[in-house]
Amino acid sequence: MNGIDVREVITRAHREEWARVVASLTRRFGDLDIAEEAAAEAFATAVERWPADGVPPNPGAWLTTTANHKAIDRLRRENKRDDKHKEAQMVHDDAPPEPAGAIDDDRLRLIFTCCHPALAMEARVALTLRMVAGLTMPEIARAFLVAESAMGQRITRAKAKIKAARIPYRVPSAEDLPARVRGVLAVLYLVFNEGYLATGPDTDPVRHELTAEAIRLTRLIRALLPDDGEVAGLLALMLLTEARRAARVSAGGELVALDEQDRGAWDAALIAEGHRLVRERLAAGVAPGRYQILAAINAVHTSARDMRDTDWSQVLALYDQLVRLDPSPIIALNRAIAVAELDGPEVALAAVDRLEPRLAGYHAYHATRADLLRRLGRGQESRAAYDRAIDLAGNTAETAYLTRRRDQLR
Amino acid sequence: MRYLVSVIHDRPGLATPEEDAAIDVFNDRLQAEGHWVFAGGLASPDAATVIDNRGGEAMVTDGPFLESKEYLIGFWIIKAADLDVALKLAAEGSRACNRKVEVRPFL
Repeated sequence: MNGIDVREVITRAHREEWARVVASLTRRFGDLDIAEEAAAEAFATAVERWPADGVPPNPGAWLTTTANHKAIDRLRRENKRDDKHKEAQMVHDDAPPEPAGAIDDDRLRLIFTCCHPALAMEARVALTLRMVAGLTMPEIARAFLVAESAMGQRITRAKAKIKAARIPYRVPSAEDLPARVRGVLAVLYLVFNEGYLATGPDTDPVRHELTAEAIRLTRLIRALLPDDGEVAGLLALMLLTEARRAARVSAGGELVALDEQDRGAWDAALIAEGHRLVRERLAAGVAPGRYQILAAINAVHTSARDMRDTDWSQVLALYDQLVRLDPSPIIALNRAIAVAELDGPEVALAAVDRLEPRLAGYHAYHATRADLLRRLGRGQESRAAYDRAIDLAGNTAETAYLTRRRDQLR
Repeated sequence: MRYLVSVIHDRPGLATPEEDAAIDVFNDRLQAEGHWVFAGGLASPDAATVIDNRGGEAMVTDGPFLESKEYLIGFWIIKAADLDVALKLAAEGSRACNRKVEVRPFL
């Protein structure tokens, strides 16, 4: 095996084994810090040794064993300074055999700990990307446009709270599980959206590394909790959104609206997989949650040959279902877009205007109004709404799109 | 593991008889299930006195160390295996006394 191949094997091992190594060490040593450091050292050792010694037959087992030794070395060093109780604790925990069944998977424990509701949302996101996804501190800092030191502090503080407040390292009880899974999915959806509609004046409009990571983690949760409808729903939603990525931003860096997208550039394999998941949930016959409904809406859009071919009454029926679950004004705003296609822009504008008190600071509210006013021939008002939307938009591609639409008005 | 559950007072008025009754029920449960360590209600911050004896001579000041609209009005000290157990108990305590609470681990 040449050097390039070994590097590829290590990259793949990192992707596939990082969470497993961190998770099993956390259970054994009861300490996220030790687990993270030892896992990082084990991978560094692999980078050093594998090119010369060859790749071990079972890379995952080699990494876990090496990381275990690193952790024990560290504890021994500390025990020489501190008292002996840690060593006693270590000797007693002789890593019991892995219990069978996905629900007992250590990685699931790790995810639930990192996404614990007692941690601030930004800490949950950072911790999940570091401990579960294995992104490095500089990578996470860059992805969220935060200074490396600030991101490091955020993660250190979160780990300290987990320890001091004794946030448990376990899968929640059956009665708490649905609410806690929703919390995990919220973290993953936030990561995805930050990648899909990245904010910041000097950043790429789409950060593929974040959307890809969110999809990978959601796939992992799906493998661990295959019967959870909302997990399947979120994965389908991400896949059907990601499928349109290439068509969504023009070569000039401008957002391309759904009606102007080249549907031939959509990723057919991702769409097929997303549709399969949506069908699977429909067949399950269980009342869908919000991610499943959002996925179904995206399935309708991705089934249409063009904007006119879209089954808008189906889209509206799904939004009606969603509004009953989630009365947020943002859902109502998106519902109004479907209303415009079915009942015309005037009816839709009346619905949108009712949202003003709650959405006046949200760029999409003004962008939607601007578009409806344009279609109604009310150019002056439309222009003012575009101005407001441009002021509020944080995504570079969106700003470029809105500016062009405004300047096309006469 | 021990946790301090602080009851935060953020509106005028003392506990109503209904709240007192609900707190009693909750306290009984804490004792029955082995979570009870100690609990108590506090007089308002108007009754507080601050002492600072770091300089060798005890300085006595009238009033609380921090003036604020929200203040500590009572607390529970509970035993719980981990934060999930503590948060669940605290949620019930918050409902019983009809106030928000803060959960903090002891060192």
